[in-house]
Amino acid sequence: MGILEVKDVNKRFGGLQALGNVNLSVADNTVHAIIGPNGAGKSTLLNCLVGKLIPDTGSVMFAGQSVLGLKPYQINQMGISRVFQTPEIFGDLTVMENMMIPCLAKRDGPFRMHAIRSVFGEKKLRERAEEMLTEVKMLDKRDMHAASMSRGDKRRLEMAMCLVQEPRLLLLDEPTAGMARHDTNNTIDLLKDIKARGNITMCIIEHDMHVVFSLADRITVLAQGTPLVEDTPEKIKGHPKVREAYLGETA
Amino acid sequence: MFGLDKKDTTLLLIVFVLTMCAPFLLNPFPGNSAMAQFNAGYPDLMQRFVIYGIFAIGFNILFGLTGYLSFGHAAFLGVGSYSAVWMFKLLSMNVLPAVILSVIIAGLFALVIGFISLRRSGIYFSILTLAFAQMSFALAYSVLTPITNGETGLQLSLNDPRILGESVSASGGIPFPSLFGLDMRATHVMELGPWMFQFSAGYYFCAVLMLLAFYLAIRIFRSPFGLMLRAVKSNQQRMNYTGLNVRPYTLAAFVISGMYAGLAGGLLAAMDPLAGAERMQWTASGEVVLMTILGGAGTLIGPVLGAGFIKYFENIFSKINDTVLHQWFAFMPDGIEDLLVTVIHPFVGKGWHLTLGLMFMAVVIFLPGGLVQGGQKIGNLFRRKPAADHTTSAAKTPAE
Repeated sequence: MGILEVKDVNKRFGGLQALGNVNLSVADNTVHAIIGPNGAGKSTLLNCLVGKLIPDTGSVMFAGQSVLGLKPYQINQMGISRVFQTPEIFGDLTVMENMMIPCLAKRDGPFRMHAIRSVFGEKKLRERAEEMLTEVKMLDKRDMHAASMSRGDKRRLEMAMCLVQEPRLLLLDEPTAGMARHDTNNTIDLLKDIKARGNITMCIIEHDMHVVFSLADRITVLAQGTPLVEDTPEKIKGHPKVREAYLGETA
Repeated sequence: MFGLDKKDTTLLLIVFVLTMCAPFLLNPFPGNSAMAQFNAGYPDLMQRFVIYGIFAIGFNILFGLTGYLSFGHAAFLGVGSYSAVWMFKLLSMNVLPAVILSVIIAGLFALVIGFISLRRSGIYFSILTLAFAQMSFALAYSVLTPITNGETGLQLSLNDPRILGESVSASGGIPFPSLFGLDMRATHVMELGPWMFQFSAGYYFCAVLMLLAFYLAIRIFRSPFGLMLRAVKSNQQRMNYTGLNVRPYTLAAFVISGMYAGLAGGLLAAMDPLAGAERMQWTASGEVVLMTILGGAGTLIGPVLGAGFIKYFENIFSKINDTVLHQWFAFMPDGIEDLLVTVIHPFVGKGWHLTLGLMFMAVVIFLPGGLVQGGQKIGNLFRRKPAADHTTSAAKTPAE
């Protein structure tokens, strides 16, 4: 029994069958990659996991609990964090303030009115945030305006914001999209470090095969809304159906 | 000091000194000079400065922090006034219970309106709040006449019960609002040569409440709650996926700013115990939006400046009529005098809205950060720190 169990999930948008009988089991403390051509339903599947979309049928269980019908913030409080395809950060705030928000959310829950005490008085949380910023090598940018940073930095900040919450499951939607080779390698190293520390499961949607094969323990190939195969990276590389459906097209 | 950092403490102290010395500061011209009509240091106007300051500070907690533009805040102002007048009618002429009831009732009213309006954001939210405010205004005029006294407005009368006070004062008239016996109209006049400085109990009561309101606003701005409100403005999607429920945060901000408006409404009634429906009209809601944007939305001191600015224009510029203009330019030849008066005429007196409108346009176009940004620009001119200047200007213009 994996930490994330997706059973017979179907999702229709009008006449389009976006997801058809998707079954997925992600084992605890592994990196699971989901690959597939454009329009294969990867993002739809991810949206079903975080509560943005509700599947028409089927079930999604996280750590033994159903997440169906829960709001995104409730699912996050259960321990699922998500990194977006285009970085979603608080552009008007400084890097440090960006980091304080997930720290506060983790400690205080979905809503808490601390209207009188000062943010600067939250010593423990600030230390925690600074630790995390050091880890992603962004401590020197702590007082910068988040919107004024480069795209790569925004993405690292978003990842740091997710990681500081110590999620049990981290969902990454194309974490290296639009990145230069150098930045991509940095991201891979960062994710490897996180994986090595243990106690975290990652689910990655990615187009860059270099990233997928250097990180993933298992790979699921989606095509036209259904899983084609699920196996280890070595087996996927040699799989004839995959070569035909996906790798062949992009090679 | 007071749990604030150095910069905020300085700001609070400056505001404290300005409000406490306002009777002097707003009366710079000797009473017998031609400039005397620019003096704003009389109790009536000073009270309005601080009361509308409270209104704008509260509005800024909602609009400046969360970015939700409410176009119906005058409804809470009106509700606050009605509550206060009813307290004067039923309980006693003490202003304290009246103001407390205003805050509570306006808060409850904001809870209901906010709960419904905050289901939508952006322009739809603005329209919903506007609809509620206009509905309140129309109801206050018509079917709610038993409570609001319709077009006449709610007034005190000699037949009011006032169970803890007296229906009729010792002199046989309607008693005046007071704070435990201190008459709100009590004014100490200090004459210094041609100058006349007036210290009114009512003004100082309002000023103390404004300082409290301002202090509370600073605490909210610097608190984790305030940080969450700024996060609402910045990226609601990220908030949802960070495990935060946005609705209660916005609702809390809405109720708090509604209570500030209620306090302002209560104080208006405490200074002049009558309440009319026109206080809830949409122009009044628009006015507080103007004040906040003119001063600088999202800044601490901006709304207070904006409120002072607009009220000053409304009361001082509107009093300059043609006779006054002729007096000013009397030293010139007749032809030029008439010409000048004709040119300036549309901008003053009843035309003060034109001047205000032009100033508002200029501020929005050249100083999107309001008067506060103007102040900062002037400050930078004098300080000249190129390196520091670079980072602040980068911070002011998010790359969107």
